[in-house]
Amino acid sequence: MSEERQITIRRQKIKKNHTKGKLIFFASLAAILILIAIFAEYICPYDPYAQDLMNAQKAPSMEHWLGTDRYGRDMLSRIIIGSTTSIFSTLLLVAIVTVVGTAIGIVCGWSGGKLDTVLMRISDLFLAFPGLVFALAVAGVLGGGIHNAIIALAVIGWPKFARLARGLTMAQKEETYLMAARLSGSSTLKLLIKHILPNIAGPILVTAVLDIGTMMMELAGLSFLGLGVKPPMAEWGSMINEGRNLLQVSPWMALAPGMAIFVTVMVFNLLGDTLRDYMDPKQRSK
Amino acid sequence: MFRYIVKRLLQLIPILIGITFLSFAMMRLAGGDAVTYMYENAGVSVSQEIIDEAKAKYGLDKPFLVQYATWFAGMITGDMGESYVSHRDVYETFVSKLPATILLTLTSITLTVLIAIPLGILSAVKQNKWVDYLIRFLSFIGNSMPNFFVALVLIYFLSIKLGWLPVITNKNVAQSLVLPTLTLTISMAAKYTRQVRATVLEELSKDYVTGARARGVRGKVIIWKSVMKSSMLTIITLLALSAGSLLGGTTIVETIFMWDGVGKMAVDAIMMRDYPIIQAYVAWMAVIYVLVNLVTDIIYHYLDPRVRLGGDGA
Repeated sequence: MSEERQITIRRQKIKKNHTKGKLIFFASLAAILILIAIFAEYICPYDPYAQDLMNAQKAPSMEHWLGTDRYGRDMLSRIIIGSTTSIFSTLLLVAIVTVVGTAIGIVCGWSGGKLDTVLMRISDLFLAFPGLVFALAVAGVLGGGIHNAIIALAVIGWPKFARLARGLTMAQKEETYLMAARLSGSSTLKLLIKHILPNIAGPILVTAVLDIGTMMMELAGLSFLGLGVKPPMAEWGSMINEGRNLLQVSPWMALAPGMAIFVTVMVFNLLGDTLRDYMDPKQRSK
Repeated sequence: MFRYIVKRLLQLIPILIGITFLSFAMMRLAGGDAVTYMYENAGVSVSQEIIDEAKAKYGLDKPFLVQYATWFAGMITGDMGESYVSHRDVYETFVSKLPATILLTLTSITLTVLIAIPLGILSAVKQNKWVDYLIRFLSFIGNSMPNFFVALVLIYFLSIKLGWLPVITNKNVAQSLVLPTLTLTISMAAKYTRQVRATVLEELSKDYVTGARARGVRGKVIIWKSVMKSSMLTIITLLALSAGSLLGGTTIVETIFMWDGVGKMAVDAIMMRDYPIIQAYVAWMAVIYVLVNLVTDIIYHYLDPRVRLGGDGA
């Protein structure tokens, strides 16, 4: 019996180590993408904004690995420089939504009462809207531009985190350690930040990482419709939009930035899935 | 049951007022200068008096709440003003474009069901075999592609390379339906295959399955008679919910394929700053979404005796 249990424990350890390895691998891939986004300017083989009409719409070659667009700008350089906008605006968006949503959720879960009711009714209201419809309307009202696109998606994104943080906080409230901390005279702010936050951070982090892919696709979608980044600024969604009418003659113009989104979203999704498995082994294999 | 529905309908009222108010307020905040934009679009510069007159005509000079009440009454009676751009009746325009979007939604959901449910079950039954890995791999790929990219890839291969389908055609509805339906289905089926798999796996791990196995009931019988029955509940709920979000999610696909539905109408209206149209779109889509969710809840309530018996008192 005890031998059997030891084997089970050993198996679990092996599995945990395996997940840890995967986690490190995907985290490194994500780190590489972020490094590319940081040092984009220095990596670009060509000037991403330099027009060269003699070389317009050239197919991929040794010189231009991903071809050129209709102004003769090097596609690879534009994708690299576009990663700065695409990746950082997505990360910024997810950060805003996570921080704001979590803060509201913790306060609601902790205080309860009228404040809780009012804020949760408001979040119900936002959850009642079909997401993209509302984002479209907000972006439409505010006008194009990446900042407004981020605001539009943030407005519909925060309730998810508020709900999650609220539920987790309410569960923590009943724990004895909190009672002890309270009895020993900790202020409310200290209780919330030093005790509750670290204890609920895990699930929130997992949700945030899993949200990166979705948010990136939605942000690119708004840019694709012309409601996000405006040309000539390089961003993947708007690059696909520029290329879509030339799909017949120069397909690489739309397909290359599309692949860039695809790969980035996949890396962050894999990272999120692995992180969830690592944090919560019970959820694994689902 | 009846009491439950009445209760849910009553709960709906504040949400409906909330979403319509929000849509209205948002457009008013932005649309304060709508009249000015309207003249700018027409390319004429006009005096302040004419602007004031036009504002009075559209009721923009009245207090905010009065404007909202008027608009809300109009929304219910089907009088939502006229478009700033085409000067056609907003409500009529919306209603005339709605069937195209509903058609696209229905075909996509049907195809999704036909793909996701068998694949999800197969994947769960063959857990950790190569079929499972293949299905999970494909659904992962489908999950990581934005639908506008899927659309372009489909156009590139099916229309341009293979020449099977025209990209845009108005002559043949069936033919023009194929590409947008496929695009929406790929993203949805990827998502739902995963969820069907998870649901079936959870059922399979329950005690009654082990019990049935121990009594010698054949695997196929267990899957089709017991597991499917209890998994269906979750799956139906998921699908009904996706019908609601699809109504809004078709926007990009409609724009790409020039599909003449409400999504394309909304995007065009946003480009032209045609506020009454955007307002009608946002408000009605939210209402439809809330109603679809309500119907889903009621079906769920009706199908699941546990919820039915436990939930009535609460």
